[in-house]
Amino acid sequence: MDFSWVSNYWPLIVAGVIQTVLLLVISVVFGFILAIGLALAQVKGPPWLRWCAKGYSTWFRGTPLLIQLWLLYYGVGSFLPMIPGLRQSILWPIVREGFFFAAVSFTLNYAAYEAEVLRGALLAVPKGELEAGRAFGMSRWTLLRRIWLPRAIRIALPTIGGEVVLQLKATPLAFTVTVMDLYAVAYKVRQDTLLVYEPLMVVTVFYFCLTLLITRAFRFVEMQVPMRR
Amino acid sequence: MPTSPSALELLSPYPPGWGGVLLSGAVSTILISLGAYLLGILVGLAGATGKLKGSRPVVVLLDFYTTAVRAVPELILIIGLYYAGTDGINGLLSALGFPPIEINGFFAAVVVLGIVQGAYMTEVLRGAILAIPIGQIEAASAFGMRPSLRFRRIVLPALMPNALPGMANLWMSVTKDSALIAVVGYQELALATRLAAGNTKHYFLFFFAAAVIYLMITLVSNVVFGSLETYFRRGQPKAA
Repeated sequence: MDFSWVSNYWPLIVAGVIQTVLLLVISVVFGFILAIGLALAQVKGPPWLRWCAKGYSTWFRGTPLLIQLWLLYYGVGSFLPMIPGLRQSILWPIVREGFFFAAVSFTLNYAAYEAEVLRGALLAVPKGELEAGRAFGMSRWTLLRRIWLPRAIRIALPTIGGEVVLQLKATPLAFTVTVMDLYAVAYKVRQDTLLVYEPLMVVTVFYFCLTLLITRAFRFVEMQVPMRR
Repeated sequence: MPTSPSALELLSPYPPGWGGVLLSGAVSTILISLGAYLLGILVGLAGATGKLKGSRPVVVLLDFYTTAVRAVPELILIIGLYYAGTDGINGLLSALGFPPIEINGFFAAVVVLGIVQGAYMTEVLRGAILAIPIGQIEAASAFGMRPSLRFRRIVLPALMPNALPGMANLWMSVTKDSALIAVVGYQELALATRLAAGNTKHYFLFFFAAAVIYLMITLVSNVVFGSLETYFRRGQPKAA
């Protein structure tokens, strides 16, 4: 076991951690917003919208994330330069990066899984609470914002915590599209120093710590709204 | 100037179409998944029995196994196990005085994914066994059934309905996780697609086709597991 390389590579490791966390935060935040829309479409939407949301979930949960990522990066990515004006626009430096494609594809994938969780939670909110809200004269929007959604999120919170951890464990795939995330650092160290296990171990420790942080954070949030069991 | 081939020509199963490469990739994806799944069930059965009946050190060891596998990203596990496995076997061979061998990629993929599946399967089966009313198992023992007979006649039929939803999820995840094998270089559907796409430069077409194949596998599996569940739940009262 040789860990002397850590002293040379720690700036890279820190940068890798930042990339991984960025990917995770972006995909979870935007994915969650998208998931709210998808879940509402499935619960309350007109039939055609319901079918669209259902199809979206089936597609993204039925195909491997790796294939989705490659379809976006290689497939859609090869069409992007054909859009007139995009190459000259200020968006181009962002849009040509692997990070952009990884973030988009992780977001879309996370939204599909999260939408299923939220759909169940929305249906699990007790009817009486919604009726009470309506009896107070709340509009549909106010009802959704003040009662339905907060209650559903509270119900789904433990599952959401699990989904975020699963999402963290999916982020190393980004290295296949040239993102220098935590795993890519281990890959680079392996290529430079020919050590196979040590970089994997160090990176695993970081993933483990991140997992611990996420579960702690969710436990803290859960404590804020005590639930009677 | 030759015209660029149409999508149908590109996907045709005969060369110069790449459909055949994709299909044989799909077959090896299914074979890897099946192998890993079966291995996972065996490991899971052993693990669940060990966790429920084993001595203290066995339980601690199994707890470490299931926690470690579920805490580490799949990609890192697969790459780590792949190298550790091939290194380990060759180290053992050279210690015994044999020349190193090239490990069969298919075999390595099955074992690596099977070890990952086994950890999840252990938890699924443990929960399913715990959900069996203890009286049924005690009754079987009271009738003088040997453990193997008791397992076959009482435990297995009773645990299947409880375990099937979890097992269906695991099958879905192994078919999708098998795409990660592409990263260590064994040619299954994902890598075959990358090859076809890279050669023809029709990236979108081929990755889309691969996604459709994976989706088909998922949808067919959904139907199969659905009918399996109705079969194993026969004679059970319908949930309200």
